Amino acid sequence: MFARLLYESFRRQKRRKLLAAVAITLGVAVATAMIAVATDIGDKINRELRSYGANLLITPQEDTLDVEIGGINLKPPSDGNFLSEADLPKIKGTFWRNNILGFSPMLPANVSLGKGQEATLVGTYFAKKIAFGKEHFTTGVRNTHPWWKVEGAWPGDDSADVLLGDQLARKLGDHAGDTVEIGGQTHHVVGVLSTGGAEDGQVIAPLHVAQQILGKPDAVRRVYVSALTKPEDALARRDPKSMSGEIWDRWYCSPYAQSIAYQLQEAIPHSHAAQIRQVAQNEGTVLSRITGLMLLITLAALFASALAVSAAMATAIFERRREVGLMKALGAGNFAVAALFFAESTLLALLGGLVGFLTGSWLAHRIGRSIFDSQITIQPVLFPLIMAIAVIVTFAGSAAAIRRAVQFDPVFALRGDA
Amino acid sequence: MSATPQTPPSVAERRAAAPHPSMFLRMLVRAAIMRRGRAVSALLAMVVAAAVATAMMNLYVDVQAKLRKEFRSYGANVVVVGKAGGSLPPEALHMVESVLGGRGMAMPFAYVVARTAAGQSVVVAGTDFERVQKVDRWWSVSAWPSTAGEALVGMRALSAVSPDRKPFDLSFQGHTIHLTPTGTLQTGAGEDSRVYLAMPDFLAWTGVQPSTIEIAANGSSAEVNTVVNRLSQVFADADVRPVRQIVEGEARVLGKTRATLYASAILIVLTAQLCVLATLTGWVFDRRRDFAIMKALGASEKLISGFFAAEAAALGAVGALLGFVIGIGIAAWIGRVNFNAPIVPRLSVLPVVFAGSIAVALLSAVVPMSLLRRVQPAIILKGE
Repeated sequence: MFARLLYESFRRQKRRKLLAAVAITLGVAVATAMIAVATDIGDKINRELRSYGANLLITPQEDTLDVEIGGINLKPPSDGNFLSEADLPKIKGTFWRNNILGFSPMLPANVSLGKGQEATLVGTYFAKKIAFGKEHFTTGVRNTHPWWKVEGAWPGDDSADVLLGDQLARKLGDHAGDTVEIGGQTHHVVGVLSTGGAEDGQVIAPLHVAQQILGKPDAVRRVYVSALTKPEDALARRDPKSMSGEIWDRWYCSPYAQSIAYQLQEAIPHSHAAQIRQVAQNEGTVLSRITGLMLLITLAALFASALAVSAAMATAIFERRREVGLMKALGAGNFAVAALFFAESTLLALLGGLVGFLTGSWLAHRIGRSIFDSQITIQPVLFPLIMAIAVIVTFAGSAAAIRRAVQFDPVFALRGDA
Repeated sequence: MSATPQTPPSVAERRAAAPHPSMFLRMLVRAAIMRRGRAVSALLAMVVAAAVATAMMNLYVDVQAKLRKEFRSYGANVVVVGKAGGSLPPEALHMVESVLGGRGMAMPFAYVVARTAAGQSVVVAGTDFERVQKVDRWWSVSAWPSTAGEALVGMRALSAVSPDRKPFDLSFQGHTIHLTPTGTLQTGAGEDSRVYLAMPDFLAWTGVQPSTIEIAANGSSAEVNTVVNRLSQVFADADVRPVRQIVEGEARVLGKTRATLYASAILIVLTAQLCVLATLTGWVFDRRRDFAIMKALGASEKLISGFFAAEAAALGAVGALLGFVIGIGIAAWIGRVNFNAPIVPRLSVLPVVFAGSIAVALLSAVVPMSLLRRVQPAIILKGE
């Protein structure tokens, strides 16, 4: 009898059930999409923050002082120590290798450009293919320095082509496609580089060109590393030397800028690695503000959809006082009536929840695709959680209305005084 | 008005004595009072939708300004550099400040290469510590110099100029200065290899005017561009350029955040409105008996439509006002919790929310009305 009542209720009141189900579906869809986006936004924004460029810098351990003003190197070129280019692939062999999005070595050299012009030439990787063990990856300034804009083409890493900074190009009157004489050798200018920084007055060349000019094969002056890091907290700020075993393990295995720098130092012989504080320190604040904002908005959205679902459920039950009156007049107890309504609510919640979850996942997917150009992962654990929330909210929304409906005198209900 | 309960005479007397409002108004008010529960649940949906819409609109506008402020902690976004590393005119800083008009901070930097007592070259910079302290908050400094003759020494420069942290001498073109290393500086970049002095000390020692002014300009990218353009007019013989690393990074992250916020706002507001639609449609549909009685008593279709429309509009208006207040509260709470600064309530949002709420309420009354119009009142009154 109970099952038949339930079945008939759904069969005969399609419009009402549909309205309630639509409300639940929408509420659940928004809740799912918002939770999925809010849990994933930290990772997404962290990647976007990498557009500020490298956050770690590796330099030779026993280095002499840099004497550099406005990007012009005033130190004798062969002075100081160098890192070895052959060691660089080891960066991808560290514990947090998957967090390291790219690195660019730099090797400055002072060169004469003919016509009495002096300039700094910087050798680097543009998009170099590197192998470490079985892993292949591409790295260079094109991913660590995304604000570098080239008019013309990027040079190949194995070619002898160069880029001219736009101020230097203007001074020399050169354009992409011209040739430039560097230290007595002719090089093709394939593009003009604009960065808004010191590079605008420099020549940028593949690393081996700079090594050849300095006569130091395999030498690298410094390496910029772009890594996904975790915002700094109390543990990150502690001195690793003062940590005991367990805490040290936790520090070592957290992707703090400090611990990644520590591991880079371990991987590359005779090196010193440190965070570039301008980039690394500010990431944390911006990241926590944005994730905090999304979290609060998600809370507000959850609250709003819960209230909306409750209102819809209350309305749906309110409409059915006459039915309650009839059932009670025929001898149904309060418990039987309430049970029927709760069963209906649960069924609606499960149905609406399922459709809502699928819609919400799709929405989150679309948001990820269109805004961040990447997948938003939906944790499987979200499904039971969402279903539970849907059932609880629907229950809570119906409870007050069901109580009032059950308490209503059947005589009035049937007479139509509802 | 399905059934007016028998009222005691005292109430009837009171009513007779009371001024008679028009029948239309009375019907509206009595409908709301008689069906309190239904009206409240419909109103609740309305309030939630309006509150959510208000909060999201307020946040969308305000959060961008708040986030821009956070992005300023990345430091200068515009630099003025003398051509070929030359000095800027002595009044350059004042000129920059008059262009900024208080909407930003400018820091002068002057550089020379000096020699230590041991003959090693080191870059010495003169600057305004008070300004740097405010703009370059990522500088990790053990103690800021406060009096003349004190210097801030970069971590890497320390071993060259003063390994035992004792006072040291630097010479530039035959002039020697005696300095006390008050604090050490660590940034992980070029600053670590330099020694920083206060500008008056630096000028008295070297006579070299600042060659670089770094500017942290507030505002949107369009406003920063205006600053750049006006500065390039003021400084004809210097390079004025935006720091692309900072400007583009900010634009990118802000753009993505704004897009996410926008998508969530649309999603949430739309859902809330659809829930209102569902609730109100049910509410109006449920009142078909009122509709039938009014029709049976000879009310014109126009009057009935007007009545339901007025009812829906009133509900929308009340819901919008209550929702606006609550929404402002939610936005303020989010601002306080997340940005430690209140979000300014925007009254310009009110008309939008108000009109939107009434429109949605009317829309949800129209659908069931057009359905009911086709039905004979007798059928409804008979019960289904």
